[in-house]
Amino acid sequence: MDSFQQTLFKLKRYWDKRGAIIQEPYDVEVGAGTMCPETFLRVLGPKPYRVAYVQPSRRPADGRYGENPNRLYKHMQLQVILKPSPDDILDQYLGSLEAIGLDLSKHDIKFEEDNWESPTLGAWGIGWQVMLDGQEITQFTYFQQCGGIDLDLVPAEITYGLERLVAFLQGVESVYDIEWTKGVKYVDVRLADELQFSVYNFEMANVDRLWRLLGEYEAECKELLAQYEDYPDKQRFPVLATYDQVLKCSHLFNLLDARGAISVTERVGVIKRVRDLAVGTAKLWADQQQEVA
Amino acid sequence: MTFLLEIGTEEIPHWMIPGALKQLAAMNLFGATPQVDATARRLVVRASTLPERTPDEEQVIKGPPISAGDKAAAGFAKKQGVELAAMTKVGDYYELRKQIPGRAVRDILAETLAATILAIQWPKTMYWTGGKTGPRFIRPIRWIVALLDDQVIPFELAGVKSGSITRGHRILGSPSIPVTFDTYESELRKNFVILSADERRNKIVTEITALNAKPDADLVETLTFITEYPTAIRGDFDPAFLELPAEVLTTVMRHHQKYFSVESAPGKLAPHFVAVMNTSGDPEGLVKRGNERVLKARFNDARFFWDVDQHKKLADRVEDLSHVTFQAKLGSYLEKTERIVKLVEELGGNAHAQRAAYLCKADLTTEMVKEFTDLQGQVGGLYARNQGEPGSVAKAIYDHYKPLSMDGEIPSTHEGQLVALADKLDTLRGCFAVGLVPTGSKDPFALRRAAQGVVKILVEAKLDYKLDDLVTGDLREFLLDRIKYFFREIRGFKYDEVNAVLASGCGTLSDVEARLTALAAVRPTEDFEPLAASFKRIQNILKQAEFEPHDVLDQSLLEDGPERALHADFRRVRDAAKSETYPQALEQIASLRPRVDTFFDKVLVNAKDERVRNNRLTLLHNLLTEFSTIADFSEIVTSGDHK
Repeated sequence: MDSFQQTLFKLKRYWDKRGAIIQEPYDVEVGAGTMCPETFLRVLGPKPYRVAYVQPSRRPADGRYGENPNRLYKHMQLQVILKPSPDDILDQYLGSLEAIGLDLSKHDIKFEEDNWESPTLGAWGIGWQVMLDGQEITQFTYFQQCGGIDLDLVPAEITYGLERLVAFLQGVESVYDIEWTKGVKYVDVRLADELQFSVYNFEMANVDRLWRLLGEYEAECKELLAQYEDYPDKQRFPVLATYDQVLKCSHLFNLLDARGAISVTERVGVIKRVRDLAVGTAKLWADQQQEVA
Repeated sequence: MTFLLEIGTEEIPHWMIPGALKQLAAMNLFGATPQVDATARRLVVRASTLPERTPDEEQVIKGPPISAGDKAAAGFAKKQGVELAAMTKVGDYYELRKQIPGRAVRDILAETLAATILAIQWPKTMYWTGGKTGPRFIRPIRWIVALLDDQVIPFELAGVKSGSITRGHRILGSPSIPVTFDTYESELRKNFVILSADERRNKIVTEITALNAKPDADLVETLTFITEYPTAIRGDFDPAFLELPAEVLTTVMRHHQKYFSVESAPGKLAPHFVAVMNTSGDPEGLVKRGNERVLKARFNDARFFWDVDQHKKLADRVEDLSHVTFQAKLGSYLEKTERIVKLVEELGGNAHAQRAAYLCKADLTTEMVKEFTDLQGQVGGLYARNQGEPGSVAKAIYDHYKPLSMDGEIPSTHEGQLVALADKLDTLRGCFAVGLVPTGSKDPFALRRAAQGVVKILVEAKLDYKLDDLVTGDLREFLLDRIKYFFREIRGFKYDEVNAVLASGCGTLSDVEARLTALAAVRPTEDFEPLAASFKRIQNILKQAEFEPHDVLDQSLLEDGPERALHADFRRVRDAAKSETYPQALEQIASLRPRVDTFFDKVLVNAKDERVRNNRLTLLHNLLTEFSTIADFSEIVTSGDHK
């Protein structure tokens, strides 16, 4: 039986052989691998791109103090983007499952309709959740729109839920029982984060300061967005740094949400604030790509 | 000639497939009948008697008049690309008979199939190649088989060239299978694809029945179109989970996992489930074990939610509803709750009904409903029972979203009916008040369903509320539409009968139903339709005369004979009808027919003497109004009408 990290190595090697850049996780907090610039920005524009990376994804509201066997504040995704999507993409995907030791002839695989949509990113796509013996192990999406922009080359996004997948492979009932590497379990590596961040997110995060920080990052982002038009050398313009501000805002929104600090009426408004930033940044990126080309 | 078209795709959402097949079944195959089939990965059309060519046709084109001279004729011939001699003179005109030769069906299909495929309408489509201007379909098209008498019909769609190679089951079959019209289905079978939906459905039903699964036709349909090679297996779960309410367990199995439940006795769940795989078997039990593990995790979640939710009673959750938005312009669920309580009180609901109204939305704040939204209402009912609320309160909460569809049951208790009615009425009134009115196919707040629910409850529970006391204005019209729909589609009355009865007013819906039943019963009798025709005639006469009723009928002005006889019968029937049931009254009215006929035969309404004329119009007017209280007969479509 492969350990958690051995399975990761195999998946990375698999996509390495298929021409993907193997990236390392992005270093700003994100709620999903889709939000990393490697996906959110790179899917825009006419340039083909292939990338795969593991992304620890933070969802403060999903924290359970390390007590729930299946729910985590921070879980890990393997995100694969193939732009444009190859014709045999689903076969390639199934091949990746065989590469990590699944004999598919002995299992039940189904592709069930599940269209993905992210209002905060102005993004949506068409796809499936992939069910393996009744367990959802992957979200598969053909992106159609991102940052409010219709995509020129439709990418396939494959998002493996790594904890679920490996728990399945190892036959354990709690993600904490996953063997990370020989003699070390998931619980040994991750329990402290789950407990301490749950305490912080639900009990101790200073709501007033979080609101102020959200305002500050938003202001920084807006200020950057406003300078692009008159900026002489477009290639130098820090669109990527602008996008980091969007990610900060998004994470602060999630924290405030987990803290119960956002009323239902405010919620729609804050989501719109973040979306406006995301959409604005996506426009700059698309424009900058054209300028560079 | 034989025809085979297979559109090979990535997995199509199961619920869209029947609609696509219906469209393909209407495909023009030059007189041959299309036979359609599908799995999640392929849409198939077959037919066996296509002609080789379309027939030759002669087209007749009318030319200029002969009198216009030779120049005009020559110009016309030139325009048509023929010699002047090719035209014939027919009467005063030139005429050209053009022979249009038939075409090879293969050529026509090669030109049109791509467009035919893309013309299939889907609820939602995507593009995947060629950017936003590229072809749109439900999922990417990956291969196409197109054969006419086993020769490829050549065309290209979305970068895919048509051919004669199909693909088998994703895992168990070959990815490259040459086929002919005759071998197609058997080759697929060898490669673990059962093409016929009927056969897959039968396989599922037979196997799940053998495993004692509780029948569930909708789930069978879903699985029929999710699979290419369905096989059922049975799994088990820890009997300790049976402490959880059956509704919760069933929802997890049915909606989240697409499993059938198993019962040990009617209404009593057994600790088993039946799953349908998309593969041929599970020799090592891996699939069974995998599914059991998933279900256990799901049930554990549900148990966790149940336990956490009991820490706060429903009654203590009502205030929290102020944080749950019902609709931005209509405020929170707390405000909605207050309105429902008030409405239930106005409808005469007892203390239990009011209590249920107060608690009915509180489950929206529970973890269980956040996770299993389909169980809203039911969870509230179960928690209410668990927390010691009276049985009728719990039951009313449990039922208050009913009916969920036109065929769905209404709440079974009076309290439940009132809360359900008040909840739906409040939604309708609120949305209409702020202009959230359904338009066309857009009905984001499901107001049609809410209105349908109101109608169904009022009729089936025989609640004595008058429509006008419940709703006004546009909403009244909206409900009237639903009332018509209900009596037509669900109760099966003819549309003109429904129109006729509602044209006479809409009091309580049980009264409407009683009048409709009476009308439908009297309709086939021989006097009825002619009388209806006469009523229409009366209405036209009054309209043409621009008659304004102001005089009382003057009996002294009545002419002896048919007029006086009609009047006498009119009074007799009027007095009798008042004390009789609707069917009897309608029979009485229908019996007037000979008198009315004779009147129109023998009496001139448009008499010279204005007083006599007005008196006759008054008689007809009285007849019309007095006898239109059950139904407006002029709405009845009779054989003389062209509607």
